[in-house]
Amino acid sequence: MRSHTWKILMVVAALAAVLIIVPNTGSFIILLVTRALAFSILVMSLDILLGYTGLASLGQAAYLGVGAYATAILATKYHIGLGWDFWLVMLIGTLLGAALAAIFGLLAIRASGVYFLMITLALGQCVWGLAYRWNSLTGGDNGINVRERPKFGGIDLANEQTFFFLVFAVFCAALLLMYTLVRSPFGRSLAGIRERELRMQILGYNTWLHKYIAFIIAGAFGGLSGVLWAHTAGIVSPVNVELPTSVDALLMAVLGGSGTLVGGVIGTFIVFGLREFLSTLVPWWQYVLGIVYVATILYLPTGLMGIPERLRQRQAKSNGRDTAKKLASATS
Amino acid sequence: MTSKLLRRFGPILLGGTVAFGIPATVKSEEVRIGFLAPTTGVFAQVGKDMVDGFKMYLDEKNNKLGGADIKFIVEDEQGKPDTAVTKAKKLILQDKVHFLVGGLLASTGYALAPVSTAEKVVYISPVSSADDLTQRDLPKYPYFFRTGWSSSQPSHPFGQWACEQGYKKIAIIAADYAFGYEVSGGFQRAFEACGGQIVQKIWPPLTTKDFGPYIPTLRADADAIFTVMVGPMSLQFPKQLAAAGNKKPVIGGGPSYDEFVLPSMGDEVIGHVSTLQYSAAIDTPINAAFVKAYRTKFGKMPGYYSETNYTTGLILDQVIGKAGGKYPGAEEFLKLLGAVKIDAPRGPVSYDEMRSPVQNIYIKKVAKVKMFGYPTEELWNTVIKTYPNVNQFGQFKKDEFLATPVYSRDYPPCKFCN
Repeated sequence: MRSHTWKILMVVAALAAVLIIVPNTGSFIILLVTRALAFSILVMSLDILLGYTGLASLGQAAYLGVGAYATAILATKYHIGLGWDFWLVMLIGTLLGAALAAIFGLLAIRASGVYFLMITLALGQCVWGLAYRWNSLTGGDNGINVRERPKFGGIDLANEQTFFFLVFAVFCAALLLMYTLVRSPFGRSLAGIRERELRMQILGYNTWLHKYIAFIIAGAFGGLSGVLWAHTAGIVSPVNVELPTSVDALLMAVLGGSGTLVGGVIGTFIVFGLREFLSTLVPWWQYVLGIVYVATILYLPTGLMGIPERLRQRQAKSNGRDTAKKLASATS
Repeated sequence: MTSKLLRRFGPILLGGTVAFGIPATVKSEEVRIGFLAPTTGVFAQVGKDMVDGFKMYLDEKNNKLGGADIKFIVEDEQGKPDTAVTKAKKLILQDKVHFLVGGLLASTGYALAPVSTAEKVVYISPVSSADDLTQRDLPKYPYFFRTGWSSSQPSHPFGQWACEQGYKKIAIIAADYAFGYEVSGGFQRAFEACGGQIVQKIWPPLTTKDFGPYIPTLRADADAIFTVMVGPMSLQFPKQLAAAGNKKPVIGGGPSYDEFVLPSMGDEVIGHVSTLQYSAAIDTPINAAFVKAYRTKFGKMPGYYSETNYTTGLILDQVIGKAGGKYPGAEEFLKLLGAVKIDAPRGPVSYDEMRSPVQNIYIKKVAKVKMFGYPTEELWNTVIKTYPNVNQFGQFKKDEFLATPVYSRDYPPCKFCN
């Protein structure tokens, strides 16, 4: 229990540090961190499926896309979401993500393992196809420019710092909500399904419904992250919903350590750091990214968040060896 | 953990900003140019050609344009619009560049133009050719300037040329995205305006690898086939078309036969006709010198991706020179850009009042010939006709043109299909 409090304190300290340090750096770093925070909501939502329910989804970008496209279309065609009603758009984006997941879930949840992966991939590609082909609504390949960020009261989100604070706040709220969710009895039964679905069924749990609800919740957070994402770069295009974006999310979750929520955030920051920051410094950033991925899979199958656990195990092992040696020397 | 990452990178960054902010010494003014090109990913090779073209001009001038020292900063836009935006903001906010150059895809151009408006930084596009940036959307992007071309610009004279060849009915097969619509849309408008008929439009997806399902559906009564292909598609399509025993003339959008892909093509493309504002085979002293210098340096023929960036360097040289060897501020800079008149490898270039180039459009036929004293016969885009001083509207009136919607999958409508 004490180690648990300790962990929470560390996360809070890390968040506080981000909150204090980032606004005092250059505008470009603020923008990068804002983008990483917005995207990490999607990665955490995927982690609910991957890490807590044991469902590896390859279509998570679809929910980001729905949220982002909804934000862009409402803002450019109807001028909704550029003032106080931005909060309404956030709600709409979240609900649309949930609604899409509710439809897709009916098709996807019946499968598991590789089949689940394939179905979610196919469904994600449907959304991509729509984004690419429905020219009158989505702008096709060119996408939609969201030229202005919301402005309400005395707050103008066009300022990178202000926008960072907003995204940071939403991120913290999302983290807290998802954390509460996975610690709740519902979250515990999800973990039970991940470990052994049959046993949960025998115990009387409706595992299909549990997975379905988890899927919808993940979709809702995906939609929320899309709303923020649309305003980070001010452009929504089919690139946001294509397969590599889903794969990115999956890799980020695995890199940081699935089943930890925070791990996904760390993974996101590392990948964004390499891809959008290191790439401005050196041309060989892709090798670094590749090595990080390969090394993680080979040496840290539990992700970066698994490092403390592995260290502890190693220490325990060497301790064990020491005591064994001592015992051996004492008896001889 | 996140904070650790930031703590590690933060100081480097802060240091970087400070270092860039202070001019080195006061001998001559420094002009900082932010250049965006995809240097990784699917489009990395094209991106390299873009950078090479611009760098070549800079190297020729010892890294000085118009008397000013140039700080040339290349950023990788990875062929993704939102990455392009992030990198553009990095260049503007952190490196404090005076203006931006670059962007490959039309979607990247559409993503970068609003950044230029929001940050009040001039954005010069040598490649990204989306029509509306200098047409219907022009008022939204007061800091956008096009040194390259607009997608449908070469298609307007080309349609007329097709009529002159006596073609009555033409079938279009073009890549399914904005660039494909705009190139073939311009052709359709011009061809139908002089009495031709577009009898079919087929849109294979961008990454089509097998044209087997499409080729047999091409209408037998068409006099010619008009194609717009990009990337690997431009290699695959002519091969399969020839294998299917096609006897019809094949004509198409310029980048399908650009020197970027031409050396990898086989003899099946001989006789194909395309159109663009540049061909490596333009027989002028200035182009011959450019082709030879480029070939010596990079070991291959220059395509339009390199030429247009080289020419952009040429234009900036003149503009910065006129401004007295320094960056004169966005408004003055745009004014000077608009007044540019130069002789580039592609021919004479000037600008209309909508910040879009007026230039020669070449009708080019692929032929296996010897050019510029090179010993072997190679495939070249030989120029068979030149339309001088073509603007973005071609033979059409500006107002009537702008009253119609931008070319798309459904516009112009296919009146003669079926």
